[in-house]
Amino acid sequence: MAEILLKTEKLTKSFGGLVAISELSMEVEEGEIHAVIGPNGAGKTTLIAQLSGSLRPDSGSIFFQNQDITQLPEYRRSSLGLARSFQITSVLQNFSALDNVALAVQAQAGHSFRFWSKARKATDLREPALNVLEKIGLSERVDVPASSLSHGEQRQLELAMALATRPKMLLLDEPMAGMGVEESQRMVEVLAELKGTHTLVLIEHDMDAVFALADRITVLVYGQSIACDTPPNIRSNPEVRKAYLGEGEESSETFVDE
Amino acid sequence: MSADKLWITWAGMALLALIPILIQVFELPVFYTEMFCRIMILALAAMSLDLILGFGGMVSFGHAVYLGIGSYTVGIFSFYEIDNGFIQFPATLVICGIFALLIGMMSLRTSGVYFIMITLAFAQMVFFLGISLEEFGGDDGMPVYRSEFGGWIDLNDPLSFYYFVFAILLLLLFLCHRIIHSRFGMVLQGCKSNEARMQALGFPTYRYKLAAFVISGMICGIAGALFANWNEFVSPAIMHWTRSGDLLIMVILGGMGTLFGPVLGTVLFLLLEEYLPEWMDALLFPGAGEHWMGVMGPLLILLVLFARGGIHSLLGRLRIRNG
Repeated sequence: MAEILLKTEKLTKSFGGLVAISELSMEVEEGEIHAVIGPNGAGKTTLIAQLSGSLRPDSGSIFFQNQDITQLPEYRRSSLGLARSFQITSVLQNFSALDNVALAVQAQAGHSFRFWSKARKATDLREPALNVLEKIGLSERVDVPASSLSHGEQRQLELAMALATRPKMLLLDEPMAGMGVEESQRMVEVLAELKGTHTLVLIEHDMDAVFALADRITVLVYGQSIACDTPPNIRSNPEVRKAYLGEGEESSETFVDE
Repeated sequence: MSADKLWITWAGMALLALIPILIQVFELPVFYTEMFCRIMILALAAMSLDLILGFGGMVSFGHAVYLGIGSYTVGIFSFYEIDNGFIQFPATLVICGIFALLIGMMSLRTSGVYFIMITLAFAQMVFFLGISLEEFGGDDGMPVYRSEFGGWIDLNDPLSFYYFVFAILLLLLFLCHRIIHSRFGMVLQGCKSNEARMQALGFPTYRYKLAAFVISGMICGIAGALFANWNEFVSPAIMHWTRSGDLLIMVILGGMGTLFGPVLGTVLFLLLEEYLPEWMDALLFPGAGEHWMGVMGPLLILLVLFARGGIHSLLGRLRIRNG
């Protein structure tokens, strides 16, 4: 069995009276693509936010490489090798695509209290950034301001920025949200290429993509994990079908997203 | 992303360098040299504000406090008969740096409207501290002797003073230009654009913003030290909250997010402040000039509505149209 890279223990987070994540314990193995699916409002994004550190859990713990990171601030986690992409595209709009990725490289290249030499001339930032952009398929668009990129390209840039921090683990919050069919396929290819070199926690509504990519799938419903298994087993799990399709629709043959 | 058009900066600085010469050629009174000297000093303050406002997205509504602290540093040294500028100016940098650090440490825990209010509150505290300092003239202020630089620079000579201020403005413009394009500058602009993203990338954004806040306060402090010299007088009025408002107007008028824009904004604002009342008296009716703000206000609104990048972007467009 592969090593456990990330682990949560009885993670709980509520907003007022709404329990978003309830005593969730899950494990992510090194090198796997671990998909998290669930109906809207199941707590998927809340989970990612807690793993990346932008939200603190009410109780429970998070371990990364056997180190308790529950109280670590977000920027410290990313230096440990946890990178996150956002469900709602979150790039620096007035920066060029290359600037965006170079800044992500810069984030892990020591401190930035350097006031004199020009950041845009620094080859140790620009070259790795160009490599990532090429890998992700944006090499034609490096000098375009992020705000002028298409939605799909911005999603690619979002992933490129996360990759450029050279993470051990990527937390991807719906990388294909709002993408067209072709763009989605391209993204699936990119993610498939990352398999083996990176560990991925993937939240996605596109079930074709999830079942094509994932090694294991955790199903979240009302903040609780109702199943964690391989894709074929998840597909045939009656509880998962019930959660997704509601009762009285057992006849449905294929697993479909709402 | 600095929107500075360098030709505007070069042309503007060249013009500022020529002004005293033009004034002598046309045999105009020395008053004009002194007026433009004051403009450059406040332009320096406006530029320092834009470093955190236009590039860092921090709306400080208490920036005049550093003008005040810089002025009082020179004033208090002068009071105790220490007139050496080589002591006064470094001391201004240190003292303004400490004040900016303390104010920034607390203010930067908030954002948005709260940040605006808390920077204003700190500025008001220092303003009333100034009023309570009876020994240094309290409300009425006190006279200041001009700094001495061991005979190297004579600030009592209007021309020397002018080029002294010009050199400092040029130096700090260049310094800020380098800062904006450095790694630090990229982080600062990233924080303005999307701070949550910067944190997710791994930047401890608070520290970088605080550093920018301190640099800005120190530069503004230098402007304050120069202002006390220019005025030969210091009083709490220099850090009245309306002065902080003026600085914001200068930045917005000239072009937020550029370094030279605030300089242009200051020139326009202070020239209007000087001449608009006269023009209104002459063109409308005697006494109309008292209500010059009534013209200034709508002018500002028009500029914000129709030229969002301020004068700087208007000039930039001019160049494009002419090829």
